[in-house]
Amino acid sequence: MVTLTAPHDHTPELTNAEVRRIRNDFPILGQRVNGHPLVYLDSGATSQNPTCVLEAEQEFYEQRNSAVHRGAHTLAVDATDAFEDARATVAAFIGATDRELVWTANATAGLNLLAYAFSNASVGDTGADARQFALGPGDEIVVTEMEHHANLIPWQELCRRTGATLRHIPILDDGTLDLDAAASIIGARTRILAFTHVSNVLGVINPVAELAALGHAAGAFVVLDACQSAPHLPLDVKALGVDFAAFSGHKMLGPTGIGALYGRAELLDALPPFLAGGSMITTVTLERAEYLPSPQRFEAGTQPISQAVALAAAARYLHETGMGRIHAWEAQLGQRLVAGLEAIDGIRVLGPAAGVERAGLAAFEVAGVHAHDVGQFLDAAGIAVRVGHHCAQPLHRRLGLSASTRASAYLYNTTDDVDAFLDAVAGVRGYFGVA
Amino acid sequence: MSALDSLYQQIILEQAKARHGATLTDDQAAAVHLPAGTGQCHQLNPVCGDEITLRLVVENADDGGTPASARVGELLWSGDGCSISMASASILAELAVGMTPEELAGLIEQFRVVMRSRGAVVGDEDVLGDAAALSGVAKFPARVKCAMLAWVAAEDALRQAV
Repeated sequence: MVTLTAPHDHTPELTNAEVRRIRNDFPILGQRVNGHPLVYLDSGATSQNPTCVLEAEQEFYEQRNSAVHRGAHTLAVDATDAFEDARATVAAFIGATDRELVWTANATAGLNLLAYAFSNASVGDTGADARQFALGPGDEIVVTEMEHHANLIPWQELCRRTGATLRHIPILDDGTLDLDAAASIIGARTRILAFTHVSNVLGVINPVAELAALGHAAGAFVVLDACQSAPHLPLDVKALGVDFAAFSGHKMLGPTGIGALYGRAELLDALPPFLAGGSMITTVTLERAEYLPSPQRFEAGTQPISQAVALAAAARYLHETGMGRIHAWEAQLGQRLVAGLEAIDGIRVLGPAAGVERAGLAAFEVAGVHAHDVGQFLDAAGIAVRVGHHCAQPLHRRLGLSASTRASAYLYNTTDDVDAFLDAVAGVRGYFGVA
Repeated sequence: MSALDSLYQQIILEQAKARHGATLTDDQAAAVHLPAGTGQCHQLNPVCGDEITLRLVVENADDGGTPASARVGELLWSGDGCSISMASASILAELAVGMTPEELAGLIEQFRVVMRSRGAVVGDEDVLGDAAALSGVAKFPARVKCAMLAWVAAEDALRQAV
């Protein structure tokens, strides 16, 4: 079984020269857009794929494509091995065991799976083991004001179905969570505490272990949205102490259509399934069925096999580059982004100020110019950023905005990319006649 | 002219600031019961948050039909959004007042044809007036919704009013 080789975190930190070599692994980054070299600063939305990931998917289809966990022929065995090797690799990448990693379409699907599993445990009799997940009136689910809709709406819906109450931890004016409020909101009624590791808008890195301890002290299940952390920093779900975590493959150099839900083995084995059907059962009669343990009990139907294999290639690529090095490089880019933006008239950066820890992204408001116009102006210069509410409407409302512009970096961005972006942003207000 | 300059023509940037007709009050926007001959529509572009509430008053349309003397008397709106959506609403407000309902419906259809053409159809200034300046938007499919927002609202409000 191929999982992960020794990490390279002992090697020197990333430099522009090293990043330029890394860029050669990403065919898409070499192109020109609207007459300018592409400056891709939208990895928070979706990341690009290195050649090894594209080749892994192609190699699977050319050499091993077959259904997994069924059939006795050679291709079926090869495909099953590749699929399960991929699971072990991605599990190891986040510090989990292979039994604790369920393939999902993406983080949204993982969080919905979880919410529906809680829902199923709350209706009818799903067995003694599942009773711990049952919710009802009087129970509370706690989220935060900075959540992506993917880690908000599934819990709203779970509350609607079960009669539980949704509460939220507010943010402070600097964009960080109000931890004093958290300590009073999380209490005996809290059954689920769900929060993001890294805000996709603010760039804030939340104190996961501290929050998880608060949740566990209250007897709650702790759910982490790791969408913006798994791709960008060394993630160890065991060390953080969370019960569940979800992330997406396409944000970490992998293909779309694949992601994963981590859960502690004893919890996943007790949790009722969400989707039911083939490949997740032991014995089936016309009246009822018994289910396999995790992870198969959550993987009904044919899975995105080649995507899982390609995601494992992405995890290996990231691991070999070194997640510590990637995180440190992106932290530098994040600081350069914020410091540069703060120096431009009429720009308000959302979240922590320059000099304060943040991930390699920055969302901002341009006084007098709507985010959509900012994005269009930057696109004409070959610069790809995200505009809109970034699936975080409540957070934008809290900040007094309906939309913002976001630049988000990854391991393939140089400081030249950041500088080209800053140069272009400096011209926005003049172009639209508001400077 | 660069593609960007054809999108953001001076007239569009000026109209986005002028916001002609953007005088709908919060009370009016929240109204549940509308007088006869009045239609109102709220439109939201969930992708970017552009939002508009548009009220249209048709005069002489209160006899149950659409008499030849029916005219758009007022087009008021309130909203928040990008320069394309705001300019488009401002231009529409200027164009629509004084038109018969049929003329306005025809104008909206003409505008839609241009917007959906991906740049193949350039708006005729004689027909579309200042809205012809929005022709460049059609080459940016992601922005067509911005330009159409007020027009879709007006189409619905007109249907209610007559």
